[in-house]
Amino acid sequence: MRNPRPALKNTQQEVRTFRIRSLLALLVVMLLTSLLMGRLVYLQVFQHEVYITRSENNRVRVEPLPPTRGLIFDRNGRLLAENRPTYNLTLVRERVDDLEATLTLLVDLLDLPEEEVEAFHQRSRQRQRPFQPALLMSDLEEEQIARLAVNRHRLPGVEVEAQLLRYYPDPDIMSHALGFVGRINAEELKELDVGDYAGTHFIGKTGVERFYEEELHGQAGLRKVETNARGRVLRELGRTDPVPGQNLTLTIDKDLQALGYELLDGRRGSIVAIQPATGEILAMVSTPGFDTNRFVTGIDSASYQALQEDIDLPLFNRAIRGQYPPGSTVKPFLALAGLIEGVITPGKTIYDPGYFQLPNDSRRYRNWLRWGHGKVDMERSIAVSNNTYFYTLAHDLGIDRLSSRMHDFGFGERNTHDVFGESAALLPDRDWKRARFNQPWYPGETLSVGIGQGYWMVTPLQLATATAVLANRGHWVKPRIAKRIGDTSVETNLPDTKNDITLDNDEWWDRVFSGMEKVVSGSEGTARRIGADLKYRMGGKSGTAQVFSLGQDQKYNAEELAERLRDHALFIAFAPLEDPQIAVSVIVENAGGGSTHAAHLARAMTDAWLLEPEENDRNVEALLEAEE
Amino acid sequence: MALVVLTRAVRGHPVRPPESGMVRRRGLWTRIHLDPWLLLMLLTLMAAGLAVLYSASGQRLDVVIAQATRFGIALAALVVLAQFSPATLYRWAPVVYGAALLMLVAVEVMGDMGMGAQRWLVIPGIIRFQPSELMKLAMPMMLAASLSQRELPPRWRDLLVCAAIMAVPVLLIARQPDLGTSLLVLCAAAFVVLLAGLSWRLIAFLGALAASALPLLWLNMHDYQRQRVLTFLNPESDPLGSGWNIIQSTTAIGSGGVFGKGWLQGTQSQLEFLPERHTDFIVAVLGEEFGLVGILLFLTLYLLIVCRGLWLANAAQDTFGRLLAGSIVLTFFIYVFVNIGMVSGILPVVGVPLPLVSYGGTSSVTLLAGFGILMSIQAHRRLLPR
Repeated sequence: MRNPRPALKNTQQEVRTFRIRSLLALLVVMLLTSLLMGRLVYLQVFQHEVYITRSENNRVRVEPLPPTRGLIFDRNGRLLAENRPTYNLTLVRERVDDLEATLTLLVDLLDLPEEEVEAFHQRSRQRQRPFQPALLMSDLEEEQIARLAVNRHRLPGVEVEAQLLRYYPDPDIMSHALGFVGRINAEELKELDVGDYAGTHFIGKTGVERFYEEELHGQAGLRKVETNARGRVLRELGRTDPVPGQNLTLTIDKDLQALGYELLDGRRGSIVAIQPATGEILAMVSTPGFDTNRFVTGIDSASYQALQEDIDLPLFNRAIRGQYPPGSTVKPFLALAGLIEGVITPGKTIYDPGYFQLPNDSRRYRNWLRWGHGKVDMERSIAVSNNTYFYTLAHDLGIDRLSSRMHDFGFGERNTHDVFGESAALLPDRDWKRARFNQPWYPGETLSVGIGQGYWMVTPLQLATATAVLANRGHWVKPRIAKRIGDTSVETNLPDTKNDITLDNDEWWDRVFSGMEKVVSGSEGTARRIGADLKYRMGGKSGTAQVFSLGQDQKYNAEELAERLRDHALFIAFAPLEDPQIAVSVIVENAGGGSTHAAHLARAMTDAWLLEPEENDRNVEALLEAEE
Repeated sequence: MALVVLTRAVRGHPVRPPESGMVRRRGLWTRIHLDPWLLLMLLTLMAAGLAVLYSASGQRLDVVIAQATRFGIALAALVVLAQFSPATLYRWAPVVYGAALLMLVAVEVMGDMGMGAQRWLVIPGIIRFQPSELMKLAMPMMLAASLSQRELPPRWRDLLVCAAIMAVPVLLIARQPDLGTSLLVLCAAAFVVLLAGLSWRLIAFLGALAASALPLLWLNMHDYQRQRVLTFLNPESDPLGSGWNIIQSTTAIGSGGVFGKGWLQGTQSQLEFLPERHTDFIVAVLGEEFGLVGILLFLTLYLLIVCRGLWLANAAQDTFGRLLAGSIVLTFFIYVFVNIGMVSGILPVVGVPLPLVSYGGTSSVTLLAGFGILMSIQAHRRLLPR
């Protein structure tokens, strides 16, 4: 370079320019500095509250402490639902160096399905803060845990977490009565107390698990912890312990329930047994059952669809939602209605020519025995299940009184204390028909109702309940399935029930009981085959429900009909007669007549409940074989 | 009283060399070619910076010692550079600029990949070096030298030469990609031209040109750079990802309030919610732990340094010295403004450290070397007839 100062330059001018420019620059510097100051004052003075809260939320994390779900026992203290530790695979994205490689390795090691990886990505995006683990796979098997342990050094950020999971030791047998828990879905989440369910992933979906959700769930606790940005807990700032869910003791007897399931195994049907004096439901079976454990972690959609589309409807709880025409099983109740309303007396007889005719009508309403039972009174008409007697009775009662008296026994109503999802079924009357069909009630329809057909629909639970009320001589106790919640007995705080049913003459109960005893023990009884070598006195009533109506005077052969068009077999029973300990209703779908295809199942139940095991010499398998 | 001290600090003492008398009074400071006021302010800043760094590094003494060691090296560079006369710097300007340019090209050709950007020149075992840092000083030197030969204010022809000198390095650095440094080099260059007295009409024209080039800049930006701009406009769009830094830093500053949470007491800082808390985002630690008061004290210190620097620039005896000194001081302020601006969320995130506070060696060496040049310009004044 040459001389740094060329001669031509106007030095003074340059100095002046520089001075002005640097002053201007200083002005801009001041301006920009004020801008920074303004921003800082805004953040630190005006927005201070917002940011101090934000930094506290960063630092302090509230961790929910989920309560342990209460266990469920049967009436004898045998476990029906427990919590088992299972192991879940989680992944902390921020701790993984190469996510793709890690996922590939895990897919290799564990045979992880693609959907799981997809679901993981989804969950990973929905996290609320970094370093929060996202679930990759639930319910790991022993072998998978071992494989992960061996490869642990290659899998930073991958953790195996323990979690308590609901487990049902007898899933099929108990499936409908107990219900099951499943993952909380979006809809349920809207209804829930968010605080109480913050750490809970499961909720009762049906059955006892659903009805007693609140008691079983308990109350969530929480702990406040200070964490760093990586989510590591540095110290605990405060803690409220969770209150574990209460254990539940059911009125169900596991053995009786298992027996009922075995009796119906391979068939579609339902058995409900109730202790009349207490209303305790001893067994509530619906077949086919299904494996509730598969619903806990989330059943895959293919299996779920298979269950839903199964023609036998395994997911359908027949005991409380199945609606069947009661058939002749309701005759004892109708007889009681006749006694109450003074339409009949126990001694009054009628002559049965094999049919009943309405005045001025040529149509003949037939007895099941074509040539008729001749002279029948109340007891005999129950024992032989005479239709003509009950046509006459129903006609004399009329639909209004009939319907009202049947309501007294709980038909057409929900009357249980704690059974989730029961159906009211249908007890028809004039108003119902007007609303449903916009038609008047026809006298002929009363006759159909009089033999438990027509529009009348009952659930197995309603039938068992009515039988229990009858066995109690009209005393109402609402059926219930929980015996104790925690240490508190449920009996101590039962709500009001329906009014008791009273007769003018108390001995009339004995007359109805006698008619029912003759069903199983009388020489003419429809179910006399099961009365042999009975070790106690038992009352029963068979029923056969038509799946569809047949034309007048049309004979049919059950064998010729497709299996699913065959009649449903029904039977109700209670025993012992003098001091009833158990009331049972049995429904076997498409089995045929109730006296031959349902009665022996009811006796197997009463035998099992009333006799000591060594006394009970009737072999269930032999019993089932004999039927075939 | 305080005002008097501040004024003295900016103006220095003696205010100006005696204009009469054959023998100029040569004090100790003049003899070692240093400016005591500026040095005092810089040392204060560095000492306070080390205290903040101790907290920001998670109370790691080794980090503080490493930074102090770098400060030592940087101070040595300051002292050494102060000994060269401006005339020497003037002569060497083209050489330094040429060398820096060559090294930038070398980085472009064979540079080491670091942090996803090619910035480092490595002679294995000996030195790792960022040529772009050297360019921060070489650029204003070269431009000042070039312009000081010409009649000022600069004309169109001069501007074309300047544009050529400026464009190549800035583009090379931007390509590395290092937007922060290229911005600083560009500023250093622009300040030289502006201080040289570029006409207002040209300034307006170039400003308009720059504004119309913005879309072009956007098209040439890397994806991560675009993401930064988008994040700046709406940090909440990706709070766990790209928005995390800015959300956490504003939270840290805002939660500090007026007086701060106290040294080592900032939860955002100490619990690692703040990313890069001891490097580019260190002012968030300062804001959280020392509050508004703490940041304002630092800002005041920075302003004093700028004022003193501008004063020294005005006192320079030749055009080269004036332009170079002015550019160095104003670039220093740009560091401060861009850094605090981005951490507090009024500017997009650009990799610019807080000068002499952020952890990192190269920038402190460059900065103090710049102040060394400033002092050289101040101390090598000759007695000239007015």
